[in-house]
Amino acid sequence: MSDARREPWPDPSPEPQYATMAQQAEAASFGMWVFLATEVLFFGGMLLAYAWARGSFPAGFAEAGRHTKIFIGSVNTVVLLTSSFTMAWAVNAAEHGRRRPTAWLLAATALLALLFLALKGVEYHQEWTEHLVPGLNFREEGPNAHAVELFYFLYFMLTGIHGIHVTIGIGLIAVTMVRAWRGAFSERYYTPVEVTGLYWHFVDIVWIFLYPLIYLVGRSGP
Amino acid sequence: MTTATVTGKTDEPVVGTRNYLTEGGVTLRSWLLTRDHKRIAILYTLSITLFFFVGGAAATLIRLNLVTPPGIFTPDVYNRLFTLHGIVMVWFFLIPSIPNTMGNFLIPLMIGAKDLAFPRLNLLSWYLYMAAGLLALFAIVIGGVDTGWTFYTPFSSMYSNGYVVLALAAVFTAGFSSILTGLNFIVTTHRMRAPGMTWYRLPVFVWSNYATSIIMVLATPVLAITLALVAVERLLQVGIFDPALGGDPLLFQHLFWFYSHPAVYIMILPGFGVISEVVPCFARKPLFGYKFVVWSSITISVIGFFVWAHHMFVAGISLYAGLVFSLLSYVIAVPSAIKVFNWTATLHKGWISFDAPMLYALGFIGLFTIGGLTGLFLANLAFDVHVTDTYFVVAHFHYIMVGGMVSAYFAGLHYWWPKVTGRLYHEWWARIAALLIFFGFNLTFFPQFILGYLGMQRRYFSYAPEFQLWNIFSSAGASVLAVGYVLPFFYLGWSLFRGQRAGANPWAATGLEWQTSSPPPTHNFDRTPTVTRPPYQYRPEPEPQDV
Ligand SMILES: [Cu+2]
Repeated sequence: MSDARREPWPDPSPEPQYATMAQQAEAASFGMWVFLATEVLFFGGMLLAYAWARGSFPAGFAEAGRHTKIFIGSVNTVVLLTSSFTMAWAVNAAEHGRRRPTAWLLAATALLALLFLALKGVEYHQEWTEHLVPGLNFREEGPNAHAVELFYFLYFMLTGIHGIHVTIGIGLIAVTMVRAWRGAFSERYYTPVEVTGLYWHFVDIVWIFLYPLIYLVGRSGP
Repeated sequence: MTTATVTGKTDEPVVGTRNYLTEGGVTLRSWLLTRDHKRIAILYTLSITLFFFVGGAAATLIRLNLVTPPGIFTPDVYNRLFTLHGIVMVWFFLIPSIPNTMGNFLIPLMIGAKDLAFPRLNLLSWYLYMAAGLLALFAIVIGGVDTGWTFYTPFSSMYSNGYVVLALAAVFTAGFSSILTGLNFIVTTHRMRAPGMTWYRLPVFVWSNYATSIIMVLATPVLAITLALVAVERLLQVGIFDPALGGDPLLFQHLFWFYSHPAVYIMILPGFGVISEVVPCFARKPLFGYKFVVWSSITISVIGFFVWAHHMFVAGISLYAGLVFSLLSYVIAVPSAIKVFNWTATLHKGWISFDAPMLYALGFIGLFTIGGLTGLFLANLAFDVHVTDTYFVVAHFHYIMVGGMVSAYFAGLHYWWPKVTGRLYHEWWARIAALLIFFGFNLTFFPQFILGYLGMQRRYFSYAPEFQLWNIFSSAGASVLAVGYVLPFFYLGWSLFRGQRAGANPWAATGLEWQTSSPPPTHNFDRTPTVTRPPYQYRPEPEPQDV
């Protein structure tokens, strides 16, 4: 066991464009950071739209916010934060060359992510039955109907695109998990685990912003 | 007068022994699955040339229509023509033009690397670009789009009868292609430099593409999400840009120009890079004020993010916002002016030769200066109100985009042609084309300044009869310009098969890309070079062995 752990696979050689593995690792994690900068601006456009709409229709947004499913939203926040914890732990295990714990922790992360998506699905279903889906079956009366529709338009755009990111994350984590299980990583080379971790924490942070904007704002006032 | 054209040293390896064009096979498959940045650059060059001619054909028809006031096309067709021209030229030619062709080819060579940091991502970027381009062409073929390249809401999201969603999807996809390119360039510049290649030894071309990449990575995602919101608004008839739905069209304009003003610098900064390489080489002098040129690029890419609302002075923003954006738009002229002063100071007392790349570069300096100065007119609130949406604006940005960027593209194309192909082109034909383009361009677009000042509105299929004389000048100029653009096809094509062998360094230029053979081998250098000197170590006289 210990032999298998120490020398699971021969150390990989860098791709032809790199001089050393260290250079390759640095490039990979730096590349992910740059990509995350892109992502910040990608979500930023929608958050600006949200800020403008909420500023224009405070009453409508408060009303819409009270329709949101705060219980599911809160549970999902816990689920996603926990998945970030298992992810961080997986990176730590990989750093110490612990093959199986790395794979198991990645599996836990992926399962928590799936749980998040499942709960989100339940939430979407409830919203569908309550006729809160703009453009498809929206039905809302009262003076704030338009603003409520705007809120839900942004809600579905934001959580939908976040959901796509979660789905991509599950794919990345699954691939990394299989590679970890097969012993592709070692103390000297675990860049894919680290880079996947960076991405996953970003997906988590986006949710940290979405949670109060969606579930809490409508409940703060009278 | 002298010319820097010498045939290169005789001890250079003979072309064809080992270069990226033949190494690794010559099958179509070997090209379509290549990870070599040089081959991907060639793929890009072929595809953007195709789109340049598609966009150019639309421009030709536009100028044809405007020869007489009633024109030859219905308003509907005309609207589709200028939209096609705008979308294709902006996203499928100008944005990728220099970065994805010369940037792709040269950045690894210039910094002494074997390839970009992420070769597979680079190839993916080209496939995304092609998918986007074909989608755009498909939208055009089945009926076209009539929104203008700006996709203003609520027209685009509610009323337009064109294939808007398809066009939006095309631009969205093209955006991710340029994000990936920008990401690749940033990481490459940080992590792949050869030993001794410090930041201040980087050629300005690399710096310019680095500054461009920052904009690509930070501005393009905002465009992507904005266009996605427009598409959903159009598909589901619900959204935040249409006032009838409680939305705000100004929000769209803010988001759109938050990308599209910086995008102007995506289109021009790489051109600055090319000019900064060509001018020192053909003046045989080091670039004057290297650090100023470098930092003005970075400054432009930063301040460029804070001037967008100068496109909205008459759209209903507050006077206070207008004043702030006007002031910032003046501020950003400073770094651009610094560059022009540095290039002209480089020329001062230089040993200048007027080879084709230099002719294009000098044309660039003049035309960019006119474009830049008229930009200051437009940054002025009062004057802008007078000429908003007139041909004055059209003329202004064509001086930057066509007079500037396309000239820079041709300057670079001619300058690095021997490196890319290993062949020399016919110098006199190239000079004739450069002059035709310069004069044709001015004849086309200078009258448009006058037309705009007199009040001719842009984007109309027809105009008042008193504007006809200037329009005829403009269309005549466009024909000259068209000849100038078609000519290189012939003499460059000829050089591919019959041109004289170039040798490694036909211009006796400095820079790592000239130290390897032409065309370079797949991995660029036989041994990773070590850099010991700053760039542009030109001396006023030609090197002794070249005399
Ligand atoms: Cu602008």
